[in-house]
Amino acid sequence: MCLAVAGKIEKIEGDIGVVDLGGVRQPVSLIMVPEAKEGDYVLIHTGYAVEIISEEAYQETVELLKELRWE
Amino acid sequence: MGMTNSSILKSFREIMEIVQKSDLTINIMEVCGTHTMALFEHGIRSLLPQNINLISGPGCPVCVTGEEIMVEAFELLEKHNVTLFTFGDMLKVPGEGRTLSILKAQGFSVKVAYSPRNAIEFAEKNPNIEVVFFGAGFETTAPALGATILEAYTKKLKNFSMFLAVKTVPPALGFLVEHNSLIDGFILPGHVSAVIGAKAFRFITENYQIPAAVTGFTAEELLLGISLVVKSILKKEPSYYNAYPHVVREQGNVEAQRIIEEVFEKGDANWRGIGNIPLSGLFIRERYSQYDARKKYGLREKPPIVPRGCKCGEIMLGRMLPPECPLFAKGCTPEKPVGACMVSSEGSCAAYYKYGRR
Repeated sequence: MCLAVAGKIEKIEGDIGVVDLGGVRQPVSLIMVPEAKEGDYVLIHTGYAVEIISEEAYQETVELLKELRWE
Repeated sequence: MGMTNSSILKSFREIMEIVQKSDLTINIMEVCGTHTMALFEHGIRSLLPQNINLISGPGCPVCVTGEEIMVEAFELLEKHNVTLFTFGDMLKVPGEGRTLSILKAQGFSVKVAYSPRNAIEFAEKNPNIEVVFFGAGFETTAPALGATILEAYTKKLKNFSMFLAVKTVPPALGFLVEHNSLIDGFILPGHVSAVIGAKAFRFITENYQIPAAVTGFTAEELLLGISLVVKSILKKEPSYYNAYPHVVREQGNVEAQRIIEEVFEKGDANWRGIGNIPLSGLFIRERYSQYDARKKYGLREKPPIVPRGCKCGEIMLGRMLPPECPLFAKGCTPEKPVGACMVSSEGSCAAYYKYGRR
């Protein structure tokens, strides 16, 4: 029920973004991600983008891996 | 992420080997129903040593929706003749022996929606039909429901309202750690956290010294979350991690939180099988009461209905595993479910039924 999928915004018109979901184009409301730009990846749930996915933050996952080293 | 996969797996294996050689029993609760399914689907349960138990928590909105809510939804159809839109998961949830699916077959107007906006679009096109959206969910879904109400308000729609069964996860987890001392660590819901922020669950580690990790849904993300929590347990240093940082911010999505705050207020809510949890529900504020189906149709709140013999509550509190319920796979199956944990594809009973033993 909290399932969400990631998709890339191809076009923005007002509050609505057209998102490519595995080859299917879907209109998605961008009302919760006002700073989203064309080309951004967003997390989509029930027709609304709930968050922008940050490429940079992947780096923090790498930091977490250091935490896992057993010493 | 490709570069990191092999190192996650390597670390995971190292940590699991240490657990296997120890005489510890470790209980980890994955709170979210989507995690429950993903753990089974990726075969992660089978990678864990015998002395780690994964317990499924109350993190499936369908499973915690009481029968009395379903009975109220039936009333909207039977007494008020509305067209009821809802998410597909709600169609098979029993209420006093009936379901929305059965009512639909009897000719009542029940429509499955992908988004609450589908109901708005339908209401605009059909001004003579009374449309209700039946919205169940957690904080992931709450801002979408709130935004839909705001859209109806802006468009001054007269024939649209919402029947809400929305609950919030942090109060339920607080209740859970107060009532179950067996849980050693938490895998926290990634998409709920995307909305409310990693900050919202820190109290689990800060107040109760239980390690926890906000976790994503791919195999690698799950292994990372589990590894961090297990290592923290082994080291006896309770730590809190945001292991899903590319999606979840510390403060969450402030705009989504603003929508929730604008449209909803907190109130007590009944969690099916668990009981009343203070301030764990969201209700439509007075300002938007014209869009509150409960008020619009004068629905009277019904006392909780609990099916006989169903152990959903015990299971969601982590005190019992699905196969230990006397009804499991006998009187209660996905085809003929007694309790909601067997109805929802994300329910722990349904997941155990589908994937078997562990």
